[in-house]
Amino acid sequence: MANASTLAGFKGFRFGFDLPQKSWTLASVFVAILVALPVAAVIWTALRPSGDIWSHLISTSLPGYVSTTLWLMLGVGTSVLLTGVTTAWLMTMCRFPGRRVFEWLLLLPLAFPAYVIAYAYTDLLEYSGAVQIFLRMAFDWQAPQDYWFPEIRSLGGAVTLMGVVLYPYVYLLARAAFLEQSVNVLEVTRVLGHGPWRTFFRVSLPAARPAIVIGVALALMETLNDFGTVDFFAVQTMTAALFDVWQGMGSLVGGAQIATAMLAFVVLLISVERFSRRQQKVYQNVSSRFRELPSYHLEGLPKLLAFMACLLPILIGFVIPLIVLIRLAVIYFDESWTVDFRTYVLNSLMLSAIAAAGALLVALLIAYGQRLRGGRVISFAARIASLGYAVPGAVLGVGVLIPFAYFDNSLDALMREMFGISTGLLLSGTLVAVVFAYVVRFLAVALGQVESSLAKVSPSLDMAARTLGYGAGETLLRYHMPLIRGGMLTAVMIVFVDCMKELPATLILRPFNFETLATHVYWFASDEMLGEAALGSLTIVLVGLIPVLFLSTMTARARSTRLSSGTVT
Amino acid sequence: MAKKCVVVWLSVVIALASSVSAGQVGEVNVYSYRKPKLIDPMFAAFTEQTGIKVNSVYAKQGMLAKLQSEGRNSPADLVFTVDIGRLSDIHKAGLTQSVDRSMFAADIPDNYMEPNGHWFGLTTRARIIVASKERIAPMAISTYEDLADPKWKGRICTRSVKHPYMVALTASMIAYHGLAGARTWLSGLRDNLARKPQGNDRAQVKAIKQGVCDIAVINHYYIAKMLKDPEQVPWAEAVNVIFPNQAGRGTHMNVSGVALTKHAPNKDNAIKLMAFLASETSQEMYAQKNAEYPVKPGIAWSDLQNSWGSFKEDSLSMAVVADNRAAAIKLADEVNFNGG
Repeated sequence: MANASTLAGFKGFRFGFDLPQKSWTLASVFVAILVALPVAAVIWTALRPSGDIWSHLISTSLPGYVSTTLWLMLGVGTSVLLTGVTTAWLMTMCRFPGRRVFEWLLLLPLAFPAYVIAYAYTDLLEYSGAVQIFLRMAFDWQAPQDYWFPEIRSLGGAVTLMGVVLYPYVYLLARAAFLEQSVNVLEVTRVLGHGPWRTFFRVSLPAARPAIVIGVALALMETLNDFGTVDFFAVQTMTAALFDVWQGMGSLVGGAQIATAMLAFVVLLISVERFSRRQQKVYQNVSSRFRELPSYHLEGLPKLLAFMACLLPILIGFVIPLIVLIRLAVIYFDESWTVDFRTYVLNSLMLSAIAAAGALLVALLIAYGQRLRGGRVISFAARIASLGYAVPGAVLGVGVLIPFAYFDNSLDALMREMFGISTGLLLSGTLVAVVFAYVVRFLAVALGQVESSLAKVSPSLDMAARTLGYGAGETLLRYHMPLIRGGMLTAVMIVFVDCMKELPATLILRPFNFETLATHVYWFASDEMLGEAALGSLTIVLVGLIPVLFLSTMTARARSTRLSSGTVT
Repeated sequence: MAKKCVVVWLSVVIALASSVSAGQVGEVNVYSYRKPKLIDPMFAAFTEQTGIKVNSVYAKQGMLAKLQSEGRNSPADLVFTVDIGRLSDIHKAGLTQSVDRSMFAADIPDNYMEPNGHWFGLTTRARIIVASKERIAPMAISTYEDLADPKWKGRICTRSVKHPYMVALTASMIAYHGLAGARTWLSGLRDNLARKPQGNDRAQVKAIKQGVCDIAVINHYYIAKMLKDPEQVPWAEAVNVIFPNQAGRGTHMNVSGVALTKHAPNKDNAIKLMAFLASETSQEMYAQKNAEYPVKPGIAWSDLQNSWGSFKEDSLSMAVVADNRAAAIKLADEVNFNGG
């Protein structure tokens, strides 16, 4: 406190919220280290010897696993980049029929867990699915040998389906970035005679690049950590190898080593990207947000193409699987709709809401701590913590177990020694562990959002506020938070939806007699009983929709203009 | 405001932390690899009979790591698994304690108990061959070894060979034919596959119904499960059930079982639950509800099981199967089985 008031000159303490800058930094570092613990525990586990597992893997299946993983990432990366950026650009800069509705429809696939969509499409497209039955009837084919049909359980199937549920990350972030474009710059490019394409590639895309990269990185990390879909589709990725080694060969150490290798790969990718734009810094001109963006009025073929480009991802990523699920949910309704089921819904809602709020707080603390005083420790811990997103959920679950149990057991030992009482396991096996795991797992999402929003607030604002005598905390509360409200809400909503869907870590960490919707669905889905799982899956999607819809109204409101006027052709 | 926040958060944390209390009198805590649907009714029957509450948590992965990191403060008393692999993993990790085998002498045959009483089999499941009624003549295939016969090229479906059930089968092949023999068998089977290994046991039967393939290897009780689901009845009815190797060593069996954890806080209750599950009531439930084979002799089977009749079981020790598991998984990698 003393520090802050000397810095600012006077009046450090208002609201009782204004920690001195040093304490802010300390708190940020502490929290960052705390959330980095599970990933650190995985890496620590990997340091132990694992016998001959690697020589065996390298001489047999590893090359195949690596190339499959790379193809999957390349495929999903390309798919989310194209779909996400295209739709975001169309939404922001073009006018065509249906745009208003598409704006929020495009977010809907986010509500679908990838494994659920995989089940739904298998039900539809496999040999006994409706599509092939129809084709057989139409063309009078008798056996599978009579015709060729793409196999849904394949690398291509995984790329398509993951791409279609993960592109909303890119769409959301790219759209927010496009909306924040400076009208002045766009006008300058117009005056210079650039058409829409050149404006896009020369001005808008570079400005939005940090946001787009975060979106793509999130999608790729989710691709890497996915086990449900690749397992169901029998696609042999590194994650599949990890589970072979861990579950099949009983080597947690070997599994942790594979996880660490995957993390190293993610770190490499992210560093390369960061390095390539090390000189760029884009601050938004605050006032220009409130001016109307010029837009292009589409006619003829472009209109049709734009329409299709938006319709297709929604159809594949939402409408079709939703219909499949609704049909099954209706058929199996009586078996699925029980008293317990309603409890599961409440459990999921409660956990997800708490975790989303927690993730936002942690993200704010870390991001603002970095802004206040950079520092290697905090940024390193923040990077490590964000990696939680790239670790398969079950492995992260174990990563959470280790420090929690260590803390509990050490405290227990201490209490036994000093007072002769046993405190047992205080935190392990409680919902605290589950919420903590969610925060760690989805921190990357929240942090990415908050960081990119905060980065756009010019530092001159901080300087002005501090000169006026506001302390660090008050500056955040009074000036930054209102400015980045949109980004904060996006963060909360995405984390909420992600928590609703989270499965593997929940399975390992949840207390006795406790189920969420996702774990409930899993009982059946893991046994390929899609019918019984349908109502639960549907509920996850519908509950996930509420924040998604809310989110879309927020993004639209973030730019307080009506785009109906002021068109440019 | 910050203080208020902290207070709110702390109270949330405390509320959450106190939402679970383990180790009270009249409880037994269960970590289960077994899906709740079948086992929950038995827990309910146990509670009704004894007044002891059963707390359970089910997961497919990570139970061992959980037990290990929780150490002596772990609330878990019992671990339930659906295959020999996980039972023996937990035992080998030193996370179990022994229970007096003589308690179960009348209920559980010797080869389904760990020699020092560290784990006990509760039911057995047969790894059977199913073959299309339409396209495969009865008795055309009768042994696991037949599955590798080139005449079945392109006509067999299996799930991933790294799934515990397939691993155990391969492990038993290693026990009987040695590593080299098992490798030849596995690559022969691989060459006969109609499609890349995928789906669960149920999905293989469905594939036969669809005509994707003609022969599959599954656990026997899946037939019972399919017969209970209207949509799946036609799948089950499309196949003949074959208990392999009847003229030789018998059909490969796996166990679902239970182990008492090393630091069980409710040891007495846990042993009561074990005894209950090995007793006539529960053993009959296993057979009637899920068509699993009770380990206890003289228990009435389900109608479906009776229709199949009795058969010769492979008496290979479960401990040997467990020991060969790692080698079996490596074989799967070596012949690139799942790569299809």
